[in-house]
Amino acid sequence: MAEPGVKSPLQKIRLPFSVRFELRATEPPKWLSPLLSFGAVVLALLLGAIVIALVGGDPWRSYAHIANASFGSLGVFSDTIVKAIPLIFVGLACSIAFRMKLWNIGAEGQFFLGAWGASAVVLIPLISEDTSRWITIPMMIIAGMACGALWGLIPGLLKAKFKVNEIISTLMLNYIAVAWNNFFIFAIWTEGGFQMSKMFSKNAWLPRLTDFSKEVPALRGLTTHFGLILALIAAVVVWFILYRSRWGYEIRLIGDNPKAANYAGISITRNTVLVMMLSGALAGLAGMSEITGVVHRLQGAISPGYGFTGIIVAWLAKLNPFVVVFVSVLFGALILAGREIQPSGIPKMIQGIILVCLIATDFFLRYRVRIMRRGEE
Amino acid sequence: MIESPQNQVKEPVVQMRGIVKRFPGVLANDHVDFSLADGEIHALLGENGAGKSTLMNILCGLYRQDAGTILVDGRLADFYSPKDAIKFGIGMVHQHFMLVPSQTVTENILLGLDKPRFRLNLRHYDQEIAQFSERFGLKVDPSAKIWQLSVGEQQRVEILKMLYRGARVLIMDEPTAVLAPTEIEELLQTMRMMVSEGRSIIFISHKLQEVMDISDRVTVLQRGKVTAAGLPVAGASRQDLARLMVGRDVIFHVEKAKVQPGEMMLEVQDIWAENDKGLKALRGASLNLRAGEIVGLAGVAGNGQSELAEVITGLRKSTRGKVILHGVEITNQPVSTGIRAGVSHIPEDRTHVGTAPNLSITDNVIMKSYNREPLSHGWVLNMFAADRFAKGLKDQYEIVVPSTSTPVRLLSGGNLQRVILAREISSQPAIMIAVQPTRGLDVGAIEGVQKLLLAQREAGAAILLISEELEELLALSDRIYVIYGGEIMGETADQDIDRLGMMMTGTRMEDLAKPEEVNHG
Ligand SMILES: Nc1ncnc2c1ncn2[C@@H]1O[C@H](COP(=O)(O)OP(=O)(O)OP(=O)(O)O)[C@@H](O)[C@H]1O
Ligand SMILES: [Mg+2]
Repeated sequence: MAEPGVKSPLQKIRLPFSVRFELRATEPPKWLSPLLSFGAVVLALLLGAIVIALVGGDPWRSYAHIANASFGSLGVFSDTIVKAIPLIFVGLACSIAFRMKLWNIGAEGQFFLGAWGASAVVLIPLISEDTSRWITIPMMIIAGMACGALWGLIPGLLKAKFKVNEIISTLMLNYIAVAWNNFFIFAIWTEGGFQMSKMFSKNAWLPRLTDFSKEVPALRGLTTHFGLILALIAAVVVWFILYRSRWGYEIRLIGDNPKAANYAGISITRNTVLVMMLSGALAGLAGMSEITGVVHRLQGAISPGYGFTGIIVAWLAKLNPFVVVFVSVLFGALILAGREIQPSGIPKMIQGIILVCLIATDFFLRYRVRIMRRGEE
Repeated sequence: MIESPQNQVKEPVVQMRGIVKRFPGVLANDHVDFSLADGEIHALLGENGAGKSTLMNILCGLYRQDAGTILVDGRLADFYSPKDAIKFGIGMVHQHFMLVPSQTVTENILLGLDKPRFRLNLRHYDQEIAQFSERFGLKVDPSAKIWQLSVGEQQRVEILKMLYRGARVLIMDEPTAVLAPTEIEELLQTMRMMVSEGRSIIFISHKLQEVMDISDRVTVLQRGKVTAAGLPVAGASRQDLARLMVGRDVIFHVEKAKVQPGEMMLEVQDIWAENDKGLKALRGASLNLRAGEIVGLAGVAGNGQSELAEVITGLRKSTRGKVILHGVEITNQPVSTGIRAGVSHIPEDRTHVGTAPNLSITDNVIMKSYNREPLSHGWVLNMFAADRFAKGLKDQYEIVVPSTSTPVRLLSGGNLQRVILAREISSQPAIMIAVQPTRGLDVGAIEGVQKLLLAQREAGAAILLISEELEELLALSDRIYVIYGGEIMGETADQDIDRLGMMMTGTRMEDLAKPEEVNHG
């Protein structure tokens, strides 16, 4: 009656050895997880190289080009950072929601709403054009976060009150957000029939390094903007909330065992709403910083899918706020390279392969592999 | 029960030699030798965290030993997974079950087998499993979903799963800890049957009486080392076994000081409630609890006691009736209301309700007090204070673990229970709802916890002790309510086991042969 367990397909072919995957009963060692993440990235680059070679390209030149295009000089590194800034925000947004096992995949929509909210301050306009930067920027920050938070509040409430699956609702809200934005840039704030608003006045621009080139000539042309400081502050704040605050403790407890949280008297519905709002506010901040730091007007193409890349960033960073910053810079480089090199699809492809490899390596955290010689069974 | 001489001449079925297993910071097994004779029931004893489950996890192929060898029928056996072990006929029923709740009994039993190659003809297998369970006296409905089953039935599924895979050596890790007394009797019966059919059983338990009743020999572990190997049980006393385990004399009878019951702390009036399946679990239960008393709630599992504990603590809504806490009605209030009013709760389910498995010991012990000084100030959590608090509890409650940052899922069963006890008792509660507080604890720890409960009582706490173990109820309680079918059958302050037993099977107090007025303060 004792039947042998499930075998890998390899066993059907007569090889001198067989491979078996076994569920890990004991903890994998601590170093395994970061090592596997690193391995996944390396593997992805190798696979990418093979694909490039197959289509007749020279993989090493492509990679050298990517590296050069993203890290080669102070100027391009600054551009990499510019791409990384929104990723940090959305990475943090996803991290905090995922920590509570709330699958917010609506960061993209919250990003658009944040951009819209910030623009509304100067386009409605809520304040006159010559209001000082010291008032304009904080108002845009607040408006961007508030609109992002609203876009998180809706699925949060739906989940808390009516148990609506947040994956579906956040996904749908992404489309609504894009359509909402389009309506405004096509119909209301359109600049002479073009699908974009007018340029914001300088008071509504986040300060950039190049703005200080008069004092420090070396900064000339560097586009890194004040959003970086905001993003780093956000990372510290999210870390502090998660690990040093009562609220963060509640989030971690609910994420690990909702029944235990309930038993400890913690309201899951209240936290569902609050965490979705915080997550939305962070993603909204990404939109705000992109609008005020880079684009300086509201238009259609403001995001090459930052909100979705944020999901990968959060996952790769294992939901750790500081690692999010690091991973965002790497992905910022890939996005930048996508603009610079031909064929431009390659960095996108590498992103995708990284994600697949990453998911695959999770398998090795849960299973161990054993190779047995024939007859050893 | 009595060892038969021919058992000893036969070759051992299983021999473990010099087994070493190290976890980060703990040497769980330190050169352990263990040998199981054919057809015997061999008990494995030891304190919480002594390494019993670890040793057996190695034998069933779940863990891999760092050093040492295993011989089965004299043949060298090298296990890398439970599948290897089952090929040698070794199967284990774990301390915490490993079943898929949304699947049926049959599906769970077939899970992981190559058997149904293509389409699963469930009807056919249901029949086969039904016959199988009949044969071993392990009654369970093959087409029922796991979540619908009681704990006792789930355990039968685990046993059937192993028997179906052809286990000749069955390892049972604290199988009786989760069972009601009648179920324990049935299980012991099944175990006797299985050995009479030529199987051998390794039995882990902290209940020394049943160990002496059923096993032929015992092996005792202490901190990973063997202190007694294959000792015949015949002739040994409970005291002897306890001394072997703990290394000192254990007092089985706690001294209870006289305490005058104080003011009324908890009144439950005519409570009705439904269970998870939507059936009526409580039908007008009423009881009361005064400061400085331990009040027992006796009853066979599944008669509404878990639901009653949940209604009092706010985890379950009642459909009718009142819960009054120190004069204030808290019926159907959120859980936090009770916690703030000083209600502590030792829950029945320590892994799914009582703890968060991936969080650290520190995070788990602050679960009820994280929002109060000194653990938090305003909205900021003071992690230093929390860590100091956790370290204090670890020492005081002798939680065996390398550090307070260890995730609690790595703790041994008894140590996990200690984490919960430490959290709930240390809060100096005004009212304590304790469901099976000593479940899974070793004899030394039981003695300690019982003393702590009595100390709480002397300090003026009101304790509702919900347990299936009459011995413990009688030793600790000032008076005992009996619950049956969601109703209170009666209340007694004398120590008459027979009367309790009658009420537990559904006889009302007023219908008992010699009715007697019960006075209480
Ligand atoms: N997977 C693991 N990782 C790390 N440590 C572990 C692991 N499993 C067990 N331990 C540790 O090994 C020691 C022995 O644990 P084990 O579960 O074998 O104890 P036990 O004798 O079964 O105790 P109990 O009676 O409480 O169930 C404990 O200190 C425990 O914390
Ligand atoms: Mg154990």
